[in-house]
Amino acid sequence: MAYKIVAANCTGCSACEPECPNDAIYETKNGLFAIDADKCTQCEGYFDEPQCASVCPIDDTCIPA
Amino acid sequence: MADVISIEALQKGGTAGSGCGTKGGSGKSSCGSAAGAGDLPPEIWEKVKNHPCYSEEAHHHFARMHVAVAPACNIQCHYCNRKYDCANESRPGVVSEKLTPEMAALKVAAVASAIPQMTVLGIAGPGDPLANPEKTFETFERVAKLAPDIKLCLSTNGLALPDHVDTISRFNVDHVTITINMVDPEVGAKIYPWVYFKHKRYRGVEAARILSERQLLGLEMLTERGILCKVNSVMIPGVNDEHLVEVNRAVKSRGAFLHNIMPLISEPEHGTYFGLNGQRGPTAQELKRLQDRCSGEMNMMRHCRQCRADAVGLLGEDRSAEFSTAALAGKEVAYNAEARQAYQAVVEQERAARRSAKEEVIKETMATSAGQAGDLAILVAVATKGGGRINQHFGHAKEFQVYEVSAAGARFVGHRRVDLYCQGGYGEEEALDGVTKAIADCTAVLVAKIGHCPQEQLQQAGIEAVTAYAFEYIETAALRYFQGYVERLATGEVVHGTGRDALIRQGAYMAS
Ligand code: SF4
Ligand code: SF4
Repeated sequence: MAYKIVAANCTGCSACEPECPNDAIYETKNGLFAIDADKCTQCEGYFDEPQCASVCPIDDTCIPA
Repeated sequence: MADVISIEALQKGGTAGSGCGTKGGSGKSSCGSAAGAGDLPPEIWEKVKNHPCYSEEAHHHFARMHVAVAPACNIQCHYCNRKYDCANESRPGVVSEKLTPEMAALKVAAVASAIPQMTVLGIAGPGDPLANPEKTFETFERVAKLAPDIKLCLSTNGLALPDHVDTISRFNVDHVTITINMVDPEVGAKIYPWVYFKHKRYRGVEAARILSERQLLGLEMLTERGILCKVNSVMIPGVNDEHLVEVNRAVKSRGAFLHNIMPLISEPEHGTYFGLNGQRGPTAQELKRLQDRCSGEMNMMRHCRQCRADAVGLLGEDRSAEFSTAALAGKEVAYNAEARQAYQAVVEQERAARRSAKEEVIKETMATSAGQAGDLAILVAVATKGGGRINQHFGHAKEFQVYEVSAAGARFVGHRRVDLYCQGGYGEEEALDGVTKAIADCTAVLVAKIGHCPQEQLQQAGIEAVTAYAFEYIETAALRYFQGYVERLATGEVVHGTGRDALIRQGAYMAS
């Protein structure tokens, strides 16, 4: 299981990117952010809650894929 | 068209006077008046005297710019809609250009070379600079190399502040602004839905408690290290308006040297929680009453314009397009330190002249009007392009400066932002109506020039439009107007109106 970013909601603020313990988050060509599903572990083993969802300012943007 | 005051414009209409010969930096001087050196300890005055954001006197002559290198934030505020820029901390509804630290430093050097008035670089958002520490400090490092005479400052919500105090100190950042809207978590819970702290999202009262503790700790740590700290508060009627008096006390006791209370901006179209839920901002008089209650306790800053984070030029003006990434791409920037020093020398003279002119008129007013005036105080709006003079056409003004005038002197109390009246074409009636509402609590508006029609309409609203003081120093003119007003009151020629209020203009500059 992995998380994903709903591109239509993402503001490109970049807050999520440095918080990911797996370096799964990257900037897309149009300045938004996306999650590499192969790398995402939902933060298991690192944190109690998915970091991208905790820091993202827009509700329902970082959600389970 | 926005313009920054040139040396010629500064000198127009007055020569540098002899004055009392004090340089601004000499600390407690005999010339020190309300907004000058006299109020502050010498070492603080030295730091703030050329800072357009902090010194009431300097903001007539100097400019700051912000670069948007820090888009991420670590808290959510009910007055902010993160889909756009933060309305209150990084200015209304303007999506700023995201810059890399490298581009940002280049832009700073280019602007500073073209505009000697530019003395301050701020990083204020759209997010929180300390939620983006690498980008923020890399920008500071590059700017310090390219343009070493530029002062660095940053604005933060304070949550991450204690972690970065030593770095801030190392980079010689000597001005930090912390936005503190409460010291009571119960109040805070109504302003902040959540904070992201130590890998966890906290909500409600717990979130507000963490934020408040971090803010006050950060403030203490900074002032301990001798770094100037200003506190911004957003006044939210019914939520924290009464409470801000307590905030004022709390931040003063921890060494903040200025407390700037700003009105909430909450247009529904900005899509903020407050905007969508009908939370209103304060009226001009509500804001002023609160500022008056706090001003006994410390220096209050009233000239903050909540300007756009990415604005360039004299405070309130905007020359962003000239220095956009596209315009700068591929350009060589030669840093022009000499022109900058020459300009700053002229400004020193001009400030001394202005100060001494003011002193004289105050003496005169005391002598002639004090008896008649009693404790009468009136508000006077002024149209100015900068330089401390009345040098703006009424129709070209995007904002008015408001002074409270009494026999004791003229004191700056705030800005009123308006839509440009003189846009040519449609909407003039509404715009004029808006201007009238924005300065409805003023007895007069002093301008360089004004058309006949608007003059009449203002008259009907009880506001006298006056061109007799065109190009004179603001405080001097305001006091002379006051003298005349007192005389006319005595002869019954005018009747003093009381209990008026004005609307605070919401939203961004649309006109520029
Ligand atoms: S859930 Fe955790 S691991 Fe997955 S992308 Fe978000 S921060 Fe990275
Ligand atoms: S934190 Fe949210 S809005 Fe910001 S870049 Fe990440 S997904 Fe987009």
